[in-house]
Amino acid sequence: MTRKKEFRVLSPTAILGYGFPEESFNRGLELMPDLIAVDAGSVDPGPYYLGAGKSFTDRAGVKRDLRFMLKAACRLDIPLVIGSAGGSGARPHVEWCREIIEEIAVEESLHFKMGIIYADISKEVVTEALHENWIEAIHGVPELTVETIEKAECIVAQMGVEPIQEALKTGCQVVLAGRAYDPSVFAALPIMMGFAPGLALHMGKILECAAIAATPGSGSDSVMGIVREDHFELVPLNPIRKFTKESTAAHTLYEKSDPYHLPGPGGMLNLKDVRFEEYPDGRVRIYGSQFEPSVQNMVKLEGAEKIGFRTISIAGVRDPIMINQIDSIIETIQTNTMQTLKSEKIEASLHFHIYGKNGIMGGLEPEKDAPTHELCIVIEAVAPEQKSADSACSIARSTMLHYGYPNRIATAGNLAFPFSPSDIKAGEVYVFSIYHLMRIGDEPLFKSEVIEL
Amino acid sequence: MLKKITDVARVIRSKNCSPFELTLDIIFEKTSIYEKVKQGNLINAKVIAKAYGIDEAMINGIVYFDPAHAVKINLPRPVPSGAPGDTDVYGAQQHAPLLKLKLQV
Repeated sequence: MTRKKEFRVLSPTAILGYGFPEESFNRGLELMPDLIAVDAGSVDPGPYYLGAGKSFTDRAGVKRDLRFMLKAACRLDIPLVIGSAGGSGARPHVEWCREIIEEIAVEESLHFKMGIIYADISKEVVTEALHENWIEAIHGVPELTVETIEKAECIVAQMGVEPIQEALKTGCQVVLAGRAYDPSVFAALPIMMGFAPGLALHMGKILECAAIAATPGSGSDSVMGIVREDHFELVPLNPIRKFTKESTAAHTLYEKSDPYHLPGPGGMLNLKDVRFEEYPDGRVRIYGSQFEPSVQNMVKLEGAEKIGFRTISIAGVRDPIMINQIDSIIETIQTNTMQTLKSEKIEASLHFHIYGKNGIMGGLEPEKDAPTHELCIVIEAVAPEQKSADSACSIARSTMLHYGYPNRIATAGNLAFPFSPSDIKAGEVYVFSIYHLMRIGDEPLFKSEVIEL
Repeated sequence: MLKKITDVARVIRSKNCSPFELTLDIIFEKTSIYEKVKQGNLINAKVIAKAYGIDEAMINGIVYFDPAHAVKINLPRPVPSGAPGDTDVYGAQQHAPLLKLKLQV
């Protein structure tokens, strides 16, 4: 194979399903991309989606985006790589996305070979790794235990470029990957073609957010990345946006704890010597991104555990006498409710979110005594059974409604409810129980299959 | 000259950098101001601890990032993202105390 001098990657949108202007996407196609790649996932929306096996993106939005991408990939005969399918990238999420792709293939009479890579890791594999001392807690995360592994609803690992490269090597035009390290979907093919992993991965790091790194930024617009021998170039595809040195550098900070050292599967992206060159047409070239392979190959595990069910009640307080002593009132309501629950043998935990006081920052709120004339209180009850959560929320709400706090003048009721019913069942509650690094051996960790559509 | 941070910074934001950790970014408008902040170490653990009313030891790290003339501060989340009692699943509204800072630049 003669080595190409450059490799063009079209990134249609920041998250599959967030959309993009058709004009931007078409402009990208005119530049003859060698690959279309898209990241479909994030842990941002919290543990529910991984635990419950549901997507945080809308099915219609995902189908719309995928239709453009699949048609373009088939027409130009280039690969399409989708990572972290369905948002969280576990098996139910991948199946959800696969079904959408199959529907489009039928509707548009498209025919292609598709590689499907699952990111689910069996509990046996993780338990064995734990016993081998191959598990490492990420900063701020409790050490992993066998019990936590057992209780996990599902466990996924962020895949690197290798499983995607394997699928591409078998001639798959579409690769549908479960949970993946975001840059992998963009970097797998250029690295396979011989481009520098540091450049390809750093480019992937930016392309995974599409136009968010441009100015003005957008999560719903297409951009292109071109990797060459000693640099990569970012190309805006919408005339209202451009990449600047500043917008690109600022993006490198985004959601990362250390912008110089970005660890991922198989090694670390070192950006100490990175250099940005800005061009008047809105393009930026980036030089000097280095990849340092690690001695031990590690993957990041993500797991969610179901801890019960939630019921909430939303209420307002306008009475200044009550607002002035809200902390002590909440403390009393909490104590009284817990006593009632205990005597009724109902297991539940209660949280009070006090908007107008510290509802947004909780314990981190430094403004402890700022005056306010109204409060919004969200009573949150979490219990192993939905009916226990309902009871706990109901008892806390009714206790609070009629509690005779000191110096009370308004004796008819303490809370203003915007809704009837006042209590809302919020369903299953999950927590992130696993967020650890796992050392891996030489045997393939990710299961895959190839289908013909 | 003592200046409000909102007069010299272009971006001040917070976000999860993992479900267990928050990261705060301050991106300065001008390189010259950033250099003064960096040389004088004006954004330090003591300043951040005071702004948030927390212990200095709680701060996981402060990194100056020259390419973006920015400072990054990492804090542990009081409650992991989405766990009962959490107040901000994305961690996107934890930056407000920074807006009150004043810098001698």
